Amino acid sequence: MLIELGHFALILAFVTAIVQMVVPLIGAQKNWRGWMAVAEPAATAQFLLTGFAFAALTAAFVTSDFSVALVVANSHSLKPMLYKVSGVWGNHEGSLLLWLLILAGFGACAAWFGGDLPEKLRARVLAVQASIGVAFYAFLLFTSNPFLRVAVPPFDGQDLNPLLQDPGLAFHPPFLYLGYVGLSMSFSFAVAALIEGRVDAAWARWVRPWTLAAWLFLTIGIALGSWWAYYELGWGGFWFWDPVENASFMPWLFAAALLHSAIVTEKREALKSWTVLLAILAFSFSLLGTFIVRSGVLTSVHAFANDPERGVFILAILAVFTGGALTLYAARAHAMQAKGVFGLVSRESALVANNVLLAVSALVVFVGTVWPLVAEMAFGRVLSVGPPFFDAAFTPFFVALALLLPLGTLMAWKRSQGGRLMRQLMPALALAAALLLLGYALGSGRSAFGPLGLALGGWVLGGAMVDLWARAGRGAVAARLGRMRRLPRADWGRALAHGGLGVTIIGISGLLAWQREDIRVAEIGDSWTLGRYEITLQAVRETEGPNYLTTMAEMSVQANGREVATLYPEKRFYPVAGMPTTEAGIDGGLWRDVYLVIGDPQDGGGWAVRSHLKPMAAWIWLGGILMALGGVVSLTDRRMRVAAGARRAPAPVAAE
Amino acid sequence: MKRLALILALIAAPAFAVEPDEVLDDPALEARARDISAGLRCPVCRNESIDESNAGVSRDLRLYVRERLLAGDSDTEVVRAVVDRYGEYVLLKPDTSGANLILWLAAPALLVLAGGVAFISIRRRASGPEDRLSEEEEARLRDLLDR
Repeated sequence: MLIELGHFALILAFVTAIVQMVVPLIGAQKNWRGWMAVAEPAATAQFLLTGFAFAALTAAFVTSDFSVALVVANSHSLKPMLYKVSGVWGNHEGSLLLWLLILAGFGACAAWFGGDLPEKLRARVLAVQASIGVAFYAFLLFTSNPFLRVAVPPFDGQDLNPLLQDPGLAFHPPFLYLGYVGLSMSFSFAVAALIEGRVDAAWARWVRPWTLAAWLFLTIGIALGSWWAYYELGWGGFWFWDPVENASFMPWLFAAALLHSAIVTEKREALKSWTVLLAILAFSFSLLGTFIVRSGVLTSVHAFANDPERGVFILAILAVFTGGALTLYAARAHAMQAKGVFGLVSRESALVANNVLLAVSALVVFVGTVWPLVAEMAFGRVLSVGPPFFDAAFTPFFVALALLLPLGTLMAWKRSQGGRLMRQLMPALALAAALLLLGYALGSGRSAFGPLGLALGGWVLGGAMVDLWARAGRGAVAARLGRMRRLPRADWGRALAHGGLGVTIIGISGLLAWQREDIRVAEIGDSWTLGRYEITLQAVRETEGPNYLTTMAEMSVQANGREVATLYPEKRFYPVAGMPTTEAGIDGGLWRDVYLVIGDPQDGGGWAVRSHLKPMAAWIWLGGILMALGGVVSLTDRRMRVAAGARRAPAPVAAE
Repeated sequence: MKRLALILALIAAPAFAVEPDEVLDDPALEARARDISAGLRCPVCRNESIDESNAGVSRDLRLYVRERLLAGDSDTEVVRAVVDRYGEYVLLKPDTSGANLILWLAAPALLVLAGGVAFISIRRRASGPEDRLSEEEEARLRDLLDR
């Protein structure tokens, strides 16, 4: 019964979205206030209805209602509760419902907190937001209905993919979707502004918090996914340039670019048309990501043929929204005149460089991701584009970005002086040099990239500290520290996010340059050394978990005769899904992770064992956390809150 | 426990990437083998190199790479031998031949283009007419000054 109610609520939400798409748009065009006012309650109703539908589906998963086809295919009664819930979005249909819930949620937020937006702009934003919803409600209801029943309910389900039964991956999709869908707000604002033909500082101010929120969620989602890959896939890699990963990385790069160009539009009324274009592109790449992940077209060209209906539907959505928005852009972009005047050495120029480099980096990822498809269809060449390509083609642009970053944050608006800048940045340069020397002192490992990477990270991290220090004004150290505490949160947020990037660069460089690995056959009781650690295989036991069988090793890690940790790497087998997984035993630390994996028993006795020493691994995700934290701190800045819309008198709209 | 042992025996598929018995005694040669393996795609997997993959064919390829290295082949010769058998599909880093130039040059070309456009428009704007007053404003200024 609940399932049917959920289904019904979803259809009602679809109808509500159609109303919300059409009525306010006409109202805004004709200047009918009553029609424009429809948007707000419609957005609320749409959110509540979709929320109810999602709750109904969740209830089916929690109670293991095996009369629902989706629950049968993706759940099992023995599965732990956390994974019963995460199973809701661990599949195509459920994840799209989550997508829609978040989309409706963002729309509702814009309705609730958008009190100080001009009436027409708000009506149009909500209408555009609803139009995206309409497309996806139709997609869900017509091609991927999650509420279908099975005629003969089985006794038990077919279980969720065991790789997905993991705390890191349970929350990875919701965060990623919050990011993808958050960019729909920037898109709606951009399209609404194009319809109005007006982009000004106030508009940029309203767009920024939404973009920042989307970027922040994407950061968390990507970091969670990468962390999961690190500990779950069993060889300690953290980024694989997989099409699905790239699908989330491209919107992240565009969101980062949009974040920065919107600052220029807000503060200096320049780069207007570029900012609007970026807002369109960022969401288009989110849609493209959805298409890539959902159609499976890039993991295998043939997967597309298995389910052409769905793939074509998303492709059509992508074509309509991206094509439509770009056409509108082409027709209206000339109406947006840039105002600000700035010199070649200025913060505006630095932010332009930031945008160019981020866009080019995103293009590398895009071309590399779709090239196998293009090459096969257009040139008849079956080829692969993998990590070695991306490492070689992507890194130079990002290195250039990191080199420019500290310079850009310290430049003045309009016109800046190079000499003064370098004097200010001496401490950051010193930190970079120190890390470079430290890197060489440690032995350059496999190549010179290790020390250079450390130096680059140090430069960015040092630059972020100098940025805060410089903003605290002049005078005695104590006075400056005092002022630093009272700096606007946006300043702290920026420094945290930039510093986080530096920390991540340090982590990646340290890990790649100095990681060590040992592969061997070990008998029970054998010991071997890895760096300064001595590792002993104490025992191997075979036991059962709630819904899996496991081979669990007990391995002790010692340093200088002292016990450091006892780790229990596992090899699990999920009988229902028929899949094995590895669970590495990891002793995490700030400076290094000891990473142990147990393999198969060998014919001649003993077990295959792999042990890794991963220096600075934690820094990669620590940097991610700092970046996200920077986003949160910036969002709590009073200026952002005002922009997001505490209810006040309507903000004056700058006249063109 | 018997049931467990039985199941584990049935799924004795190697689930471990590089196995201990594959590792070469010479660390320098083994390092070269790992580097080469990281650049070759497992022909039956989803976006995994043979170095990371657990598939049987990857193990065969890893052994083949090491065999060639022991026989004294250079890195490029080993890679070419594998590509001759499996086609360019196994190269994770595509070469720069023919249409692949688009793949390699698209981003640098965009950088040059975007950088050039940005540079020119910023320079033009920095010294552009927007700095000056409009004719109306000039007239008004003259009017005020002359008064």
